[in-house]
Amino acid sequence: MSNISFNLRDRGAEFWDRSPRWRRVLISLIFIGLCYALPFLNNPILNTPGSDFQSVLFYPVGMYVMMAIGLNIVVGKSGLLDLGYVAFFAIGAYTMAILGTKTSLNFWEILPIGVALAMLSGVLLGTPTLRLRGDYLAIVTLGFGEIVRIFAVNTDAIGGSRGIAGIPTPPDIFKAKFTILDPKPYYWLLLTFTLLIIWMVRRLAARRPGRAWDAIRQDDDVAQLMGINTRRSKVWAFVLGAAVAGVGGVIYASQILSIVPDQFSLNISIMILACVVFGGIGNLWGVIFGAILLSFTPERIRFLSQSRILVFGIALVVMMNLRPDGILPKKKREHFEPNWDHVEESGEGEIK
Amino acid sequence: MRLEIKDLHVHYGKIEAIKGVSVVVNEGEIVTLIGANGAGKTTMLKTISGIRPVSSGQILFDGQDISKMPAHERVELGLSQAPEGRGIFPGMTVLENLEMGKYHRKDRKSEMKEDLDKVYHLFPRLLERINQAGGTLSGGEQQMLAIGRALMARPKVLLLDEPSMGLAPLMIANIFRIITEINNLGTTILLVEQNAQQALQRAHRAYVLETGNVVKEAKASDLLNDPAVRAAYLGVGAH
Repeated sequence: MSNISFNLRDRGAEFWDRSPRWRRVLISLIFIGLCYALPFLNNPILNTPGSDFQSVLFYPVGMYVMMAIGLNIVVGKSGLLDLGYVAFFAIGAYTMAILGTKTSLNFWEILPIGVALAMLSGVLLGTPTLRLRGDYLAIVTLGFGEIVRIFAVNTDAIGGSRGIAGIPTPPDIFKAKFTILDPKPYYWLLLTFTLLIIWMVRRLAARRPGRAWDAIRQDDDVAQLMGINTRRSKVWAFVLGAAVAGVGGVIYASQILSIVPDQFSLNISIMILACVVFGGIGNLWGVIFGAILLSFTPERIRFLSQSRILVFGIALVVMMNLRPDGILPKKKREHFEPNWDHVEESGEGEIK
Repeated sequence: MRLEIKDLHVHYGKIEAIKGVSVVVNEGEIVTLIGANGAGKTTMLKTISGIRPVSSGQILFDGQDISKMPAHERVELGLSQAPEGRGIFPGMTVLENLEMGKYHRKDRKSEMKEDLDKVYHLFPRLLERINQAGGTLSGGEQQMLAIGRALMARPKVLLLDEPSMGLAPLMIANIFRIITEINNLGTTILLVEQNAQQALQRAHRAYVLETGNVVKEAKASDLLNDPAVRAAYLGVGAH
């Protein structure tokens, strides 16, 4: 049915492979420059009713991109279905909120603590649950996501359902002032971290951890037979994913100034997962593209008011029918039809 | 180097799949476990390689009890398995699959070329398919890849789970010839097979497994001529 193969990914990959180093560096720099210049873009097509473009660029677009990259490590690379990813985002945000309001630590001091706590909770959740597979893991993680939110609602020490207000903003960097009025510096901060994370993920994916995740996703048992400590590899994938969401949470809380538990509902987990699936599980650029589309579109069509989620849902269903592997799927070697002509030609039973 | 299984019991839930099996594999031997479907052959291998937990009993490798050791550590000790159904990573190329076999080796960089050459020498076909995705290989080629990948780990004992499954007769003969060759090069082999004819011709000793019990243990050549075994597993009685 879906013979629509504008094979953007392969073309892109080919072009990239053929390019000399200077051209790759140049393209990357131009691309990164454009990303940093995005907030200055003033295009009526991109303008979002209800909130200004620069705010949307920070949340949801930038934030979703970052979290989708993180979740892609867990779901896309290692094949672990995590439906409670928002919990790590919440832990990052609450760390920023609590430490920011109760201590004199500033953003930069809280950031590593928030990331560490998110990672720690990743270990705590991952160690007992990652012996489960597939659907069972999905249910447990879904539960974890809800537990964190409900715990926040019911704990008065951290504000209960009213949440925490008066979270400090990060200190100024040179001339960039972090204030509620100007989302641009936050966007640049988020972009910088996102680029760092992309760099890290790409390095890992090409090396031994990436190989181990690949093997585990394709066949858990056989991965063990290769001498891979699958438990440890899976927990690592989980923890790295958690760390990324933790960074996001800390930055988010410092921008939004006040947080309430309802901001960390199951919906966010599902949306991030949708970004990953929609963009193309396992393919970093696909996931980023998916996250941009899925976060921006609902904001852009806000003028439809009541029916906007309906329209968005229909668009999702249609899209997933047309391209079931996502917009920019991972190179699909796993499901290639065997080339039978070739097999016959070489003679299956022939003795070499 | 000797692999010894003592009074092994394995359960799937409440069902006992292995009911007190003892098997000895001496250094340099090819030992085969033959038996019908559901006899517990694959469970035996999975338990030895550590994918299934042991209920009770011992697995001694060089005198050390490894029955509680996680699977990935057993690979480091020198136990390597070509799993049932071949277990090729379909999305990886032939070369990447072979490299995965060396995942745990500390000296993998320096050993890589030498061991790849060894595997290509045994299975020239793999060299022709080197950049092809594992999932696109034919059944026979996948089996070659599974065995080759297990060899990349430089095993002391190679565990083979039904290497003949689903293959054409000529390919089966080819695979078994290579199994003997691997053994001649100094690797001890524990072979699980339904194809008793081929397995008994290649092995030194054999165990006959029936619903979780060893019912017979003898030299392979003796079993080939054993009337009961011939009738049950070699299809001779049917003629």
